[in-house]
Amino acid sequence: MGLVRDIGSALVGGIAKLGAAVLFLGGILRSTPYALARPRLISAQVHNAGVMSLVIIMTSGFFVGMVLGLQGYDALARLRQEDILGAAVALTLLKELGPVVTALLFAGRAGTAMASEIGLMRATDQLSAMEVMAVDPIGRIVAPRFLGGLISMPLLTAVFNCIGILGAFFIGVVVLGVDSGAFWTQMQEFVDPGDVGEGVLKSFVFGIAASLIAVFEGYNCSPTAEGVGMATTRTVVTTAIAVLVLDYMITAFLL
Amino acid sequence: MANPASAPVRAENLVEVSGLHFDRGGRMIFGGLDLQIPRGRVTAIMGPSGTGKTTLLRMITGQLRPTAGTVRVDGQAVDSLGRDALYRLRRRMGMLFQNGALLTDFDVFENVAFPLREHTQLPERLIRHIVLAKLHTVGLRGAAGLMPAELSGGMARRVALARAMVFDPELLLYDEPFAGLDPISLGVVLRLIRRNNDVLGITSIVVSHDVSEIAHIADWCYVISGGVVVAAGTPAELAASRDELVAQFMSGAPDGPVPFHFPAADYRAEMLGD
Repeated sequence: MGLVRDIGSALVGGIAKLGAAVLFLGGILRSTPYALARPRLISAQVHNAGVMSLVIIMTSGFFVGMVLGLQGYDALARLRQEDILGAAVALTLLKELGPVVTALLFAGRAGTAMASEIGLMRATDQLSAMEVMAVDPIGRIVAPRFLGGLISMPLLTAVFNCIGILGAFFIGVVVLGVDSGAFWTQMQEFVDPGDVGEGVLKSFVFGIAASLIAVFEGYNCSPTAEGVGMATTRTVVTTAIAVLVLDYMITAFLL
Repeated sequence: MANPASAPVRAENLVEVSGLHFDRGGRMIFGGLDLQIPRGRVTAIMGPSGTGKTTLLRMITGQLRPTAGTVRVDGQAVDSLGRDALYRLRRRMGMLFQNGALLTDFDVFENVAFPLREHTQLPERLIRHIVLAKLHTVGLRGAAGLMPAELSGGMARRVALARAMVFDPELLLYDEPFAGLDPISLGVVLRLIRRNNDVLGITSIVVSHDVSEIAHIADWCYVISGGVVVAAGTPAELAASRDELVAQFMSGAPDGPVPFHFPAADYRAEMLGD
């Protein structure tokens, strides 16, 4: 009986939090004109969330691409279809791995930074001070970070995909001897704009989810050191779950 | 001594709090608080720790809403104002937070300039003039280029005071303005609060534990305890009060109606027990 009650309580708590996050998103959208009127605030956040994440995105993308090259070559060689390695890697990255892995890395690098930064501002009364100065902290602090994350995610995903394909090219063509012309020709043959569009759609949706979760957790954290730490942890965990659930839903809808 | 519930009738009231009730986490903070802040005076809010003095300031600025009762600023019920009206009202207020609450991404100059940049289209030269004048007032014009992390606690509070004054507000709220200040800074801040009041006609509400310091500048004092006003009067009247709680608070005695120790088991039994 206690277990049922605990599950029910967690479910109700989860739904309430989801509702609060949706209302928070509404508040961000209402304050978006304020942020759009100050493009420097947004560009600064694109730098923080996007440019500062490039190293981890490029490094991870290269290694993921190399692993895909190795695994793909191993599987395709058994079918004597090594020539389609480029197409297989590109489809895997563009439709699935690129957006998902980028979103998970984004949550770990940029999402945690956003949550802890806003949480610390909450803990040190900086957000309250803005309110008293008649400056809307949602418009001044939250909306630029949300928009910066939203803009950065598709761009980071594109970078991840390109570097990943180069990693697969290095392993497949340079190391394992797959024909370079076949690698690129087969990719051109099998990958159509719809596949690219699916990845772009996912990266936008994941960008909304990851950025919203980060700013929501930071803004609503307890104003203590422990509260900021917990908000940071929740940002990573919640984003990971949300991205995987959304990935399944989008894939099921589009197939 | 004056009746705590009665308003000082020497001036029109800028802030009026009536029947204020507020609960947080199941704990009663205010249980029918009534007080009035006369326009153009320095009013001190005193009381033991945890009695909701800072909470009261946050209600006056509209950051918290009462469970029942009203807080009126210049005749406007703060809790019933829409966002735009509340923001218009807040532009007529300034607040000094306990920890300064400086924006850590900006240097001292930009912290003070922040409200001007957000709410005005003033030319850069005029902003620079105003900001440096305010920083000069608190003795920190030379620190304009420093970041908040490079300031001591007292300096940070003085910068925050310059920021709170940058619009020359009608109402200035000070939350523990004397905590952590060295004697020189303390004297400067005391004179500044009094001068803001005398020269600019700013209405000041000062939340403080520093009974002796506040006595120098306050025109009127309220003592809050148990969610209500338990005493009100001039500093001299409170100092002469025979009320046990007021006498304990004004003299800083550990024994009295307000216990120094948080409720606990018998000390001897706890120390000698298993």
